[in-house]
Amino acid sequence: MENLALYLLAFLIFPGFLFTGTFGLVVSWLDRKVSALIQWRVGPPFFQPFYDVLKLWQKELIIPRSAKEIGFIVAPFIGLAATSLLATMIGVINLRPEYQFVGDVIVILYLMIIPPLAIIWGGFSSGNPLAAVGANREIKLMMGYELPFLLAVATVFFKVGSVSLGEIIQYQQVHGALLKHPSMIVAFIVSLLWLQAKLAEIPFDISEAECEIMEGPFIEYSGPLLGVYKVMMAMLHVVCPWFLISLFWGGTSLQGWGILWSLLKYIFIIVLVILIKNTNPRVRIDQAVKFFWGWVTLLALIAMALMFLGY
Amino acid sequence: MAKLSTRWLKKSPWVYHVGTGGCNNCDIEILDCLTPRFDVERFGIKLVVSPRHADVLLVSGPVTYHIKSRLQEVYKQVPKPCVVACIGACACSMGIFKDAYSVAGPVDKVIREVDPNAIFVYVPGCPPKPETMIMGLVKALQKI
Repeated sequence: MENLALYLLAFLIFPGFLFTGTFGLVVSWLDRKVSALIQWRVGPPFFQPFYDVLKLWQKELIIPRSAKEIGFIVAPFIGLAATSLLATMIGVINLRPEYQFVGDVIVILYLMIIPPLAIIWGGFSSGNPLAAVGANREIKLMMGYELPFLLAVATVFFKVGSVSLGEIIQYQQVHGALLKHPSMIVAFIVSLLWLQAKLAEIPFDISEAECEIMEGPFIEYSGPLLGVYKVMMAMLHVVCPWFLISLFWGGTSLQGWGILWSLLKYIFIIVLVILIKNTNPRVRIDQAVKFFWGWVTLLALIAMALMFLGY
Repeated sequence: MAKLSTRWLKKSPWVYHVGTGGCNNCDIEILDCLTPRFDVERFGIKLVVSPRHADVLLVSGPVTYHIKSRLQEVYKQVPKPCVVACIGACACSMGIFKDAYSVAGPVDKVIREVDPNAIFVYVPGCPPKPETMIMGLVKALQKI
């Protein structure tokens, strides 16, 4: 029973839903503020994302007549639950590497596919043609970006000789961060491109292109369900960079200066994402898939070759 | 509708822009609000692309017969509580299009046909300045 209570605590409060959700909303403020500063504006107040989500909870929920109700309502919650579970796993293994199990990276990789799948399901269930177009693009983009990222993660597997996140972190605590190897720097660049597409940020926000297909899968969502999606996307902005830090950059720690150093690593990655987002136009879906299956996969293969050559 | 609280609505009004046959002058001034000089994101105002996400409908132009049913449809698609902001003289009182053969009526009259309790904000001017629009919206949101 005590174990169950601890697991629930980890899932619901720290490092799961509550912590990651709050932190994610703060990060979405950072996102909007940095974008505003780049565009020479003042930007929103600090609590703006919290106001947005609270307001969405107070709005009316409309379910369109053409929607398949079960999928339309359940999909956002499945995405939110999967993201909370991801945050819990990555957080717990970062703080206590002994909680690892064999193949937990593979479980994390599978869980990371669930939020896009939830978006696709919700989009198709809403019965809106623009949402169907958006969901369709999301599927194609997912097929595009997963291949090079899996190759990059496999490079880490071969370098460390393990498929468990705890062992990868412990290896880095002994030998120093993996990023000091040239092969790992190449794999990290591949992962950064994956991150941009995974977080659906410009130039890869093709599935929810605002001026073109009106937020795609989210077009019919209103009120509380839209709020759930907003929180889910905010949490993904925390979880995915955190996973990359654990894989390549020595993980995070909560001891002494470790907190500051971990935060700096995270802010470096997220500000890089925001800068790329603010300085690029959106690409078409065929361009994106060609880019990921062509150049980025080539880069991932180069990383793997460099790793086998011993760099 | 009255049961839903509007406490946080004041802090983050998301805006959806509907053009109902205006001369495009008010639309240009609305876009000015989003530029760095006026920066409405300071008040949490954000332009959204789907009426399902909106809290405020910005309507510009006299309502022509052609667009009347569309405007009513868009109003029904917005989750309540919501505010309708009539931007410009045409939207408030039809302006120079009064008694014209192709115009169905001012925005408030058209929307009251589907919802008698709708909340309206009037920002007159031809076109209104961006400052006027921001002031009108902020004032209106303080009152609801």
